[in-house]
Amino acid sequence: MNRFLVPLGVFALLAIVLAIGIRHSPDKGIIRSPLIGKPAPQFALPALLEPGRTVRSQDFKGHWYLLNVWGTWCGECRAEHEMLLTVGKSGAVPLIGLDWKDDDAQAQAWLRQLGNPYETVAVDRSGRAAIDWGVYGAPETFLVNPAGIVVYKHVGALTQVEWMRDILPRVNGGKS
Amino acid sequence: MKRAAVHTLVLQSLMLFASLGWALDTTVLPDPALQARYVALTHELRCMQCQNEAIADSPVDLAADLRNQVREQLLAGKSDDEIRSWMAARYGDFILFRPRYSWRNAWLWGAPAVLLLVGAWFSWRIVRTRTLLLADDHEPLEEDLRP
Repeated sequence: MNRFLVPLGVFALLAIVLAIGIRHSPDKGIIRSPLIGKPAPQFALPALLEPGRTVRSQDFKGHWYLLNVWGTWCGECRAEHEMLLTVGKSGAVPLIGLDWKDDDAQAQAWLRQLGNPYETVAVDRSGRAAIDWGVYGAPETFLVNPAGIVVYKHVGALTQVEWMRDILPRVNGGKS
Repeated sequence: MKRAAVHTLVLQSLMLFASLGWALDTTVLPDPALQARYVALTHELRCMQCQNEAIADSPVDLAADLRNQVREQLLAGKSDDEIRSWMAARYGDFILFRPRYSWRNAWLWGAPAVLLLVGAWFSWRIVRTRTLLLADDHEPLEEDLRP
């Protein structure tokens, strides 16, 4: 009896360790951002729709905001746009756009044709600001709290699921 | 001109162009030492978009942007470790193909040593029990009983 107990125990331990490993493995290649829990990276970039204006990340301090990284070259961003319009209309949290390595004229045309869900759009032509935010594939959406701390990141098209489960409860003060 | 010579020439020029096609990153830094560090660093940073390639080998835009960051920071006199930390602060340790030692993964680094000690303890116990068995065995061997 005893001689089976030790191997069985070892097997159970191994199974537990592997189960934890599988549960924590990055889901479909999505990597947890090291930015979560840290201050949002600063930027000062030209505004897409108001010539001559500079969009500064400090301007948003003191209230919640969503930063959405997009580009007209990005197919998933097109798919996500309907959802962004819903978010924009809800008025629950301001949506700030970061137009990543894009053509200004095309980006302006995109917003004219599809509707503009953003409070303001910053233009990141060089992609330098996106690197500071650890962006690796548009669309990406960050939720930043009034203290300027990044509390949540979503990679891929934003859907009703993330909006209801991860974003709204936080913005409404249910969950930090 | 001999046919063979023409063939060789054509083949050689084709090979020349093939090798040019693979030279994805043509960055050359002014100092050979810096260049060597640049090549080493860009080969140990992961392309976050393709994930199984180093930024040195990846044709995507983001990899080019990150290579550019490595180049600029090397020229600005940053150390290799400072550049690695800069990348990891933005993209996480996942961007480093060569994982760093940290308290979070200490158990992973320590596991082989612990397993070795456990194995040594088991083999010591097995050897000891068998030795004790031998000492207790006073019966003469069958061969020795033969006339």
